[in-house]
Amino acid sequence: MYTTDLTKQPGKPDNVKPIGPAEDSALVAAFEARVAADEFIEPKDWMPEAYRRTLVRQISQHAHSEIVGMLPEGNWITRAPSLRRKAILLAKVQDEAGHGLYLYCAAETLGTSREEMIEALHSGKAKYSTIFNYPTLTWADIAAIGWLVDGAAIMNQVPLQRTSYGPYARAMVRICKEESFHQRQGYEAMMELANGTPEQKRMAQDAFNRWWWPSLMMFGPPDENSPNTAQSLRWRIKRETNDELRQKFVDITVPQAEYLGLTVPDPDLKWNEDKGGYDFGEIDWDEFYAVVRGEGPVARERMTARREAWESNAWVREAAAAHEAKRRERVAA
Amino acid sequence: MAEQARPHGAFDAPSDAHDPIRAGYVLRLGDDSLILGQRLSEWCGHAPSVEVDLSLSNLALDLVGQATLLLGAAGDADTLAFKRDVLDFRNCLLVEQPNGDFARTMVRQLLFSTWQHLLYQRLAVGTDEQLAGIAAKAVKEVAYHRELAGEWVVRLGDGTEESARRTADGLDWCWRFVPELFEVDAELEEACRCGLAVDPRSFEEEYRASIAAVLQEAKMAQPADQRPILGGRRGHHSEHLGHLLAIMQYLPRTYPDAKW
Ligand SMILES: [Fe+2]
Ligand SMILES: [Fe+2]
Ligand SMILES: [Fe+2]
Repeated sequence: MYTTDLTKQPGKPDNVKPIGPAEDSALVAAFEARVAADEFIEPKDWMPEAYRRTLVRQISQHAHSEIVGMLPEGNWITRAPSLRRKAILLAKVQDEAGHGLYLYCAAETLGTSREEMIEALHSGKAKYSTIFNYPTLTWADIAAIGWLVDGAAIMNQVPLQRTSYGPYARAMVRICKEESFHQRQGYEAMMELANGTPEQKRMAQDAFNRWWWPSLMMFGPPDENSPNTAQSLRWRIKRETNDELRQKFVDITVPQAEYLGLTVPDPDLKWNEDKGGYDFGEIDWDEFYAVVRGEGPVARERMTARREAWESNAWVREAAAAHEAKRRERVAA
Repeated sequence: MAEQARPHGAFDAPSDAHDPIRAGYVLRLGDDSLILGQRLSEWCGHAPSVEVDLSLSNLALDLVGQATLLLGAAGDADTLAFKRDVLDFRNCLLVEQPNGDFARTMVRQLLFSTWQHLLYQRLAVGTDEQLAGIAAKAVKEVAYHRELAGEWVVRLGDGTEESARRTADGLDWCWRFVPELFEVDAELEEACRCGLAVDPRSFEEEYRASIAAVLQEAKMAQPADQRPILGGRRGHHSEHLGHLLAIMQYLPRTYPDAKW
């Protein structure tokens, strides 16, 4: 998930440049024909520079999201309320680390090293999903994340299994299986709370209230303000627009909430017979862009935690490298 | 806690009778796994690299799984994990030690996993069917923990000057808690007599040789003996355990009627 295009301002397509004159038009035409025929592009194939750049940005953003996303959930592993829940959550967060790893590997096939990507994250140059800048206040937040955040992730990622870049598409196939497992576990945990004691019900509704809108924001800016969508659709990096995916998510999730007996925190939500989907209220886009700019409620905590983990453990990575060098020297001697 | 009829081994009293010796022994093993699993899970999201994060959560997951089975063999696993206080925990002091830096975490892991591996190899062929089954499953996991920790101790011990110093500090911190692993009190002696437990002194030599070999490969000095710190098996723990439990147990204690 977390692949929506997080450009800093709406309406400024500063990332995808039109195909430059420097690129051989015959190569470009051949590339576009392959993409149009739904062929996978592989690392050694020729590709336009802008395609490569867009993919590196999108895949690394996705990878960073998996890694930063470990923090809000990791916050509850030590406090999980039963041994079974502790094991499920540990396994889930471990899966997310694995997703981060496959995605970094997929991005590396495009010629950018993991160190460069991590450096870009820590300097604030690279983005990660806005959703992880919200705090996990109660155990119900863990259930809500599984249900809603992993649910939105699946919605976003299922079409990416057919994205035009081969390594990314293949990473997605594996990741999607695990995300749907997470979603089911989250929903099941939410069900336990929604059917639980009055305190648990309160926790469940409160978590739902706080996570609903940020989950809708995960699909990115509205189509009219999503400058790169057209190009990404043409290159089949994306297969559906932000608004299409968001609508699908709402249509699937609202009945799930009703089944749990939870109230969707949107007074404007109502079924629209004509479109066969729900109409829903206006998303607070000011909040969305503020969070994209790094002003989310716990953005500082998240980035501080990532930087600290990286910097305070630099000596471990240095030691491993030094040891490996010594070992090689010994073998050579 | 309701005494359920559980499949007990050949040396147990009939399943409707309480067997304090067996429950006590299984509790020691279960608490070791639980507390170390809890400690390792504190690393989640904060490890030196994504790969290390994956290995540490893998270890934590194995240990929580072992704890679930072992505590389940002693009673209701969740009640035992979340509703006992410090005095009733039976884990060794080594596993409750704070993580410290990554070097200390890995030294602690090596010292514990080596012991656990040697013990579980023996329990896996023991006479208590249920315990043997749990140990046989866990022994493969623990073999990997031992190997992973050993590799890291070698890397860090023979890495840079800083990593060598940190690893020596970690060893210095943990070494006092090793004698407790080989302590045989009256309760353990009884459990050994009835064929349930393994006397850890039977593999102490092998243990010390194995640790010495890793330290040698890590180019680290063998630690001098320190005055042993004991008490965990009798419920007399370090100050750290109370804090660990306060975090781990907070939800079930705050909402005693809730199911999760
Ligand atoms: Fe994802
Ligand atoms: Fe994921
Ligand atoms: Fe997930």
